[in-house]
Amino acid sequence: MSETIIILIKVVCALVWFLLITLYLTWVERKESAVIQDRIGANRASILGIRIIGLFQPFADAIKMIFKEDFTPRFSRRFLHNLAPFISFFFVAITISAIPFGDVLRIGGQEIKLQVMDINVGLLFVLAMLSLGIYGIILSGWSSNNRYALIGGMRGAAQLISYEVALGLSLIGLIMVYPSLNLSTIVHYQGELLFGWLPKWGVFLQPLGLLIFFFAALAETKRIPFDLPEGENEIVGFFTEYSGLKWGLFMMTDFMEVLIVSTLLTTLFFGGWQVPWLAADGFHFPWGSEWLLPHGIVVIFQVAAFNIKVFFFCWLQILIRWTYPRFRYDQVMDLGWKLLIPLSLANIVATAILLSI
Amino acid sequence: MIELFLVFVIFGFLGVLLVVMNKLLGPKRSNPTKESPFECGSPYLQDGINPFPLKYSLVAFLFLLFDIEVVFFFPWALVFKEIGITALIVMFAYIFILLIGFIYAWKKGAFQWER
Repeated sequence: MSETIIILIKVVCALVWFLLITLYLTWVERKESAVIQDRIGANRASILGIRIIGLFQPFADAIKMIFKEDFTPRFSRRFLHNLAPFISFFFVAITISAIPFGDVLRIGGQEIKLQVMDINVGLLFVLAMLSLGIYGIILSGWSSNNRYALIGGMRGAAQLISYEVALGLSLIGLIMVYPSLNLSTIVHYQGELLFGWLPKWGVFLQPLGLLIFFFAALAETKRIPFDLPEGENEIVGFFTEYSGLKWGLFMMTDFMEVLIVSTLLTTLFFGGWQVPWLAADGFHFPWGSEWLLPHGIVVIFQVAAFNIKVFFFCWLQILIRWTYPRFRYDQVMDLGWKLLIPLSLANIVATAILLSI
Repeated sequence: MIELFLVFVIFGFLGVLLVVMNKLLGPKRSNPTKESPFECGSPYLQDGINPFPLKYSLVAFLFLLFDIEVVFFFPWALVFKEIGITALIVMFAYIFILLIGFIYAWKKGAFQWER
């Protein structure tokens, strides 16, 4: 019984963390773009006159969105029209449950894994759920019964499908280096040392794989360098006929994907919750000295390291979104099919040869 | 197993709640213009979806081929360190055949998006 309660607490914690970060990513995006464009950005939202650089803005937005009209156009296919935002949200949000936030936490003789689900095919689970999100796009385009929305949905599906292949292929080299599909095991492998001092992170063993994965994942988030499914300021996208919270779900999905891509990059290529040279009982530096720490502090270090890495990649993705112009459609498809797929095949071959020497 | 069940139930419940919330809390106002599809400002001409050119079918076929390839790669990559040189030779043959197909599709113009 107590196990069930622990799992319940873990699920709720992961969900709250995920939704809070997603909400605040919208704020970070507005602030960061403001800094880039020499503006002030959102700073008006206040509680009782207190406004801390607009930190209440996401909640104001959320409350506004909740009280909007639920507008389902009469010409749309009603059931699918309601189903599409649900699918889009659900299958992206659920991937957070496979991500390890930290190692084991010991409280009162009980060992709690800081991960909601420790599945032995965690990586495949994440990839599968992310690709199921494509249904949300196609269904929203189709059910809107609007030609522009349909074409937008098709465009989105074609783009996501193309980059799905590169995304999968870029991870093969990683699995060859860390022979496991279990995300927590992959993170454990990355705790080892190379040459006695360099952490064995994916970024050092699979630099090309990291680049391919990062570009493919950027395309999967469908934000600006790759935002052909719904170029807000030029092309009509797949959720034109949506309003209120259902539109908000699609927008939140974008930010959730940014967050999921960041957590995946951290987990797979940057050591997850690993801090360099931090073992279960404290730091063991390569020059011989030691700094022993109690168990609780080590866990805090690990969770903090994970969070810092994730925030860094969120920041980096928002920076990219506000720095680069949009690709043309044929450029996007060329990048996916003619560059990333051959490169990832070359990466597999190179990794195989290097490993068998 | 129970964790998978709990995750699906809790996340699913939240998703349904978010979709339904507007219906419960939002206002309901309607007018004829609101009920017509979005047409970039031009008058609304006809109902529904016309037959449309499915240019992307080729992309879908290629995706199927390459994604199945990815699926075959995963188990191979997992046991690569144990099998060693045999795995290397087998996979090189596999990649070689795939590359021939890839180049064929390229030369046939499957990756020309403007046409």
